[in-house]
Amino acid sequence: MFRLKNMRKSTKSNLVTFGIVIGFYIVIQILSALGLLTSSLSGQLVPICSYVILAVSLNLTVGILGELSLGHAGFMSVGAFSGTIVWTTLYGQVPNWLGLLLSFVVGGVVAGLFGFIVGVPVLRLSGDYLAIVTLAFGEIIKNVMNACYLGYDSTGLHLSFKDAASMNMDPTGTMIINGAMGITGIKKASTFTIGIVLVILTLLVILNLINSRAGRAIESIRDNEIAARSVGINITKYKLMAFITSAVFAGIAGVLYSLNYSSLVAKKFDYNTSILILVFVVLGGIGNIRGSVIAAALLTVLPELLRAVNDYRMLIYAIVLIVVMIFSQSPQVVAWRKRILDGIRSRMKPGPKAKEVQ
Amino acid sequence: MALLEVSNLGIAFGGLQAVAQLDLKIEKGHLYGLIGPNGAGKTTVFNMLTGVYTPTEGNIVLDGKDITGKSPDLISKAGVARTFQNIRLFNDMSVLDNVKVALHNQIRYSMWTGILRLPAYREKEHEMDREALRLLKIFDLDKEASLKASQLPYGKQRKLEIARALATNPKLLLLDEPAAGMNPNETAELMNTVRSVRDQFGIAILLIEHDMNFVMGICEEITVLDYGRVIAHGDGKSIRNNPKVIAAYLGGD
Ligand SMILES: Nc1ncnc2c1ncn2[C@@H]1O[C@H](COP(=O)(O)OP(=O)(O)OP(=O)(O)O)[C@@H](O)[C@H]1O
Ligand SMILES: [Mg+2]
Repeated sequence: MFRLKNMRKSTKSNLVTFGIVIGFYIVIQILSALGLLTSSLSGQLVPICSYVILAVSLNLTVGILGELSLGHAGFMSVGAFSGTIVWTTLYGQVPNWLGLLLSFVVGGVVAGLFGFIVGVPVLRLSGDYLAIVTLAFGEIIKNVMNACYLGYDSTGLHLSFKDAASMNMDPTGTMIINGAMGITGIKKASTFTIGIVLVILTLLVILNLINSRAGRAIESIRDNEIAARSVGINITKYKLMAFITSAVFAGIAGVLYSLNYSSLVAKKFDYNTSILILVFVVLGGIGNIRGSVIAAALLTVLPELLRAVNDYRMLIYAIVLIVVMIFSQSPQVVAWRKRILDGIRSRMKPGPKAKEVQ
Repeated sequence: MALLEVSNLGIAFGGLQAVAQLDLKIEKGHLYGLIGPNGAGKTTVFNMLTGVYTPTEGNIVLDGKDITGKSPDLISKAGVARTFQNIRLFNDMSVLDNVKVALHNQIRYSMWTGILRLPAYREKEHEMDREALRLLKIFDLDKEASLKASQLPYGKQRKLEIARALATNPKLLLLDEPAAGMNPNETAELMNTVRSVRDQFGIAILLIEHDMNFVMGICEEITVLDYGRVIAHGDGKSIRNNPKVIAAYLGGD
């Protein structure tokens, strides 16, 4: 009895989340067919998908594992650059679908590798070191990519972190990354449909992970590390699993984002972007995956809708953030909200005690 | 050979020798008590036995295997489970999931089986649900399975900790003040439960408890610690009448 009910509850909740994503896709398709989609909104569709993936994946680290990460944009960056390099170098050599697939795979794998490199030394320690290290990681990646010159000619690959001249490249060679100017002349490949497919893939993997043996182990570490170890959980393993999965999807989101534009610059993936993604997670509710989806989508279009008051955008963000934090964190408000919700529920369902007696 | 053999175990925190020269021998299926005044070092002994603290001297052998200084998760796998004096549940997880987490090394499937929802996923999850509910039922917690652990009243939280510890399929169960905060009725009920757990699972139980009726009522053998050292050892009767023990407790107050 109990089991069936419980299973249905989590499955139902996941289905609602997928329903929202698919519903959003259908609505946009209809609006688009009717010609009702403004160009500014249609330009936001791929970034929305990208930010949804970023928020959902960061929530795995912040909400499910319970570790603060301030460098999600860094993983987005390494994914974007590696994936875009694959896309531009393979362009015209292999079928587009294959090139695209490979660029997403490479972007995800490279970001995951960086997740491993950052995570291994930090996650073995208990304590809040991850926040500091990921913050530094994001800044280092930004500065390194900003100063990175990469190209190839008949003699092979050339790399420099000083300037284009010190690459010693033949003038007829091809520039891949041109320092602060980044990668230019990218053939735009991301579409809303690809974005939605990736959002669904991300949700499938992360929701299924959460509702599994491994996911429970990850949540138990969040709730009580000492108790988790005492029941036989290898906490380093599961911390790494969560953190690397989170990084992989940030990388995929980076590729999706990058291939939506003709150029890619490292400056885009800075501290502000990491904080913005964290804001989505906090506003949507820490540990609440569906909340991340909605918050990321709404807050990505919000600035577009608030164009007129653009100067106050960050101010509005800050106010909304504070209000929502009070709404979701303060014990008094949580208790008050619960009373109201319970009141509504008991009015809708007769015999609220039935469940407990059973 | 006894199930647990502890010899010359000691630990110092800076200048403070919290436990010194501790010898313990616990046979399979025995109910064993560890008592002593506040600050005597009882919890510290549990922390060494479960790998939370690394002893500065001595060794711990479980079932012929040296587990001294091993990490807590390896010691759990070796067969030692525990509860905590200050309850440590997974508060934001359901009562059922608290037990399912502890089945981690008993019923296993890979991360990919979970992510891809392979057929083994359903099968193993059902097996876990069944097993977790069976354990919860022993402690009369099956009705609360879908509540969050933090929503349980205090006494039931203590019981959930025991159910969770049992889920790891231990050979030795360590209970740190299981009756703390319980009323006399709950305490009496817990005594029966602890006894029947020992009989049903055939495991050894080492428990710390300040409630003397509890300890004398169910433990076959008792060790008394004071200032980190053993001052007495024997059955309930000999402990009760031991002048050193009486002095330690009176002095402690
Ligand atoms: N991590 C630690 N660092 C420093 N001192 C510690 C540490 N853990 C325990 N101690 C000290 O070791 C001594 C024994 O503590 P312990 O918690 O084992 O006592 P106890 O017998 O369990 O007492 P109680 O009955 O109050 O629970 C105390 O003086 C305590 O302050
Ligand atoms: Mg203690």
